[in-house]
Amino acid sequence: MYIELFLTQVLNGLLDGVYYLLIALGLSLIFSLGGIINLAHGAFFAIGAYAAILITPYTGYFGALILAPLLVAGLGMIVERTLFTRFYRIDPLYSLLLTFGLAMVIEQGLRWIFGAAPLSYAMPDILRGQVFLGDFIYSRYRVFLIAVAIVAVAALWVLLNRSAFGRIVRAGVQNPDIVGSLGISLRPYLSIVAGIGIGLAGLAGVLLAPIYSVHPAMGAEVIVPAFVVVVIGGLGSFWGVILAALLVGLTKGVLIGVGLSAYSTAAIYLLMFLVLLARPRGLLGERILRFE
Amino acid sequence: MKTRTNRRLFLQGGTAGLALGLAAPTYLRAQSGPLKIGHLTPLTGFLGPLGEYGQMGVDLALEEINANGGVGGRQIELLKEDSVNAQTASTKAERMFERDGVEMILGEISSASCLTISQVAARYGKLFVNTGGNSDALRGSDCNRYMFHVETENAMYVNAEGRYFQNEGLVDGKDWYTLNADYAFGHDLLRAAKSFLEANGGNIVAEEMVPTDATDFSSYLLKIRQVEPDVVALNLAGTQITNFFKQYGEFGLDFTLGGFGFDTVAAWAAGARNFRGTWPNVWNHLVDTEESKSFTKTFTDKYGKPPENQAWGDYNALKIVAQGIDAIGGANGDELIAYFESDEAKFDVQKTRQAYFRPEDHQLIQEIYAITALDPDAVENEWDIFTTSGPIPGEDQPLDVLAQSTEGACTFSS
Repeated sequence: MYIELFLTQVLNGLLDGVYYLLIALGLSLIFSLGGIINLAHGAFFAIGAYAAILITPYTGYFGALILAPLLVAGLGMIVERTLFTRFYRIDPLYSLLLTFGLAMVIEQGLRWIFGAAPLSYAMPDILRGQVFLGDFIYSRYRVFLIAVAIVAVAALWVLLNRSAFGRIVRAGVQNPDIVGSLGISLRPYLSIVAGIGIGLAGLAGVLLAPIYSVHPAMGAEVIVPAFVVVVIGGLGSFWGVILAALLVGLTKGVLIGVGLSAYSTAAIYLLMFLVLLARPRGLLGERILRFE
Repeated sequence: MKTRTNRRLFLQGGTAGLALGLAAPTYLRAQSGPLKIGHLTPLTGFLGPLGEYGQMGVDLALEEINANGGVGGRQIELLKEDSVNAQTASTKAERMFERDGVEMILGEISSASCLTISQVAARYGKLFVNTGGNSDALRGSDCNRYMFHVETENAMYVNAEGRYFQNEGLVDGKDWYTLNADYAFGHDLLRAAKSFLEANGGNIVAEEMVPTDATDFSSYLLKIRQVEPDVVALNLAGTQITNFFKQYGEFGLDFTLGGFGFDTVAAWAAGARNFRGTWPNVWNHLVDTEESKSFTKTFTDKYGKPPENQAWGDYNALKIVAQGIDAIGGANGDELIAYFESDEAKFDVQKTRQAYFRPEDHQLIQEIYAITALDPDAVENEWDIFTTSGPIPGEDQPLDVLAQSTEGACTFSS
């Protein structure tokens, strides 16, 4: 019985890691290309959840699942064009202040418009209930959530690794000046990457709205673990972020599983500490010349 | 010129930024008027939703009092701020007394902040009226002559909720799985719950301490399904209760759910489909008295939604101190204490019986309630998703029968 419970917790922990993934990947992507540490990333996650609440009455849940992330992505591109673009070439501490301020403005804005009290958001009836995979009984909604996340992450991988767009972005991460000297302007790529990264946070917001509490500070709750995941995984590494997200989910799940829940949050920081001691670039962090 | 970015900077900067995130924005609104009262409550963080209701409640009371000529012929001026956390609360309390010259401070939800504010208030010889901090320690080992409690203490909620479960046959010989917020509030509540269960034959099969920033409960839910307890008891706070409700329904668990600390905002946020169980409550908008209905109507007309129990707390706290100031003709701390401790100080708090402050620990002794989730199909609107019990204790029992603190007795040092 204990083995079975333990295995269940391991599996659940891995699945739990998938939620961090959507937020952490965008965070990593935006930093890799433009050098902006987007502390407002969690705030866009919150906007995604609120957008879902606003859109659902008109389109249903599945309409919101498509429209809300697009809306957030559009917002992200506007923010990139009007704000981020002024900060690419100066000390990153300024962009840190900018995005920190932006996070506060968005959080306060949501509080101002929707009130501080959490809003309720019901999951669609078709996704209610349980699925039975042998002895493993799991929430049907989470299976759906994970499937959507996997599709989104796979699509991003294909885009970055198998398209002309991806080649330029990856070259831009390694050496923006050479890309520039080849006559390719990175500006539109920076906007699109910000749109994709922030859109993924918006997608996470819609996906988690039915099972998390939707309130103005919900972004602040996810930004810290997402940040830890990026650091553990290694900047600029797609697979590093995935590995780290699963590792963080696993660590929390197993600790709660064995009755050490009080240490489950502290453990991910300890994990980060140990990883940084052994591998200062993170688990799979690539050597990016301009960030060394 | 191109500035170098490096990983170390990412880490340093990110960490600094995240640390800054803990210091949330504050704002201050003030009106002109002679008698100044400070109001501190958390507006950001996981208690923020409650703090917002607290401000709405105190604003409504202020409006009514000033429209009726104020207190003792003076208008009240309220200085409201976000208390953020215990350290900031203490700094702000200090500034309110020292620089702004407030006569007293009302508010709070966090027991930790109640403690620091009460210490500052005592130094100035002025009152602090706690409207939302539940911790028994505030009425026991940490009690303070200058602190009064409109909010009910944990021990009273535990006794009320415990009696309910006892009547349902869910205590003696039954297995309880508890999830507890891992800070003073949750520890305090767990201690009170344990002493109730031990005295009445219940078994605690799990004491999960849940970090305050936890948002996902799936790991706990899988364990609960394995353990098959008779009762799942939550001693969680703020938005965590809402997350738990949503995920409990999501995982299709059906064990009896209840807990010892509750705010109706968590039920509303979870929604009719997810809210379930029976929970203790200091007051709710369905309480069946004329005064209560009228308060609910006025509040709903003003804010477009019914009052949460925290709105009741802050509203009544201002009404109670206004009654005190009227009675003694001023706001002197020591004179107010003497009045509040006296037999003549009885307060209408929209319940069937009048409330009073117990002199030995300054707890407001009053009726409380239990709310029970309605069947989702029977729900007609997003607010009336539960039914309320009648007053607890019942009319045939003395008002202070529940107020047996589990903490060491309070001794006012001065």
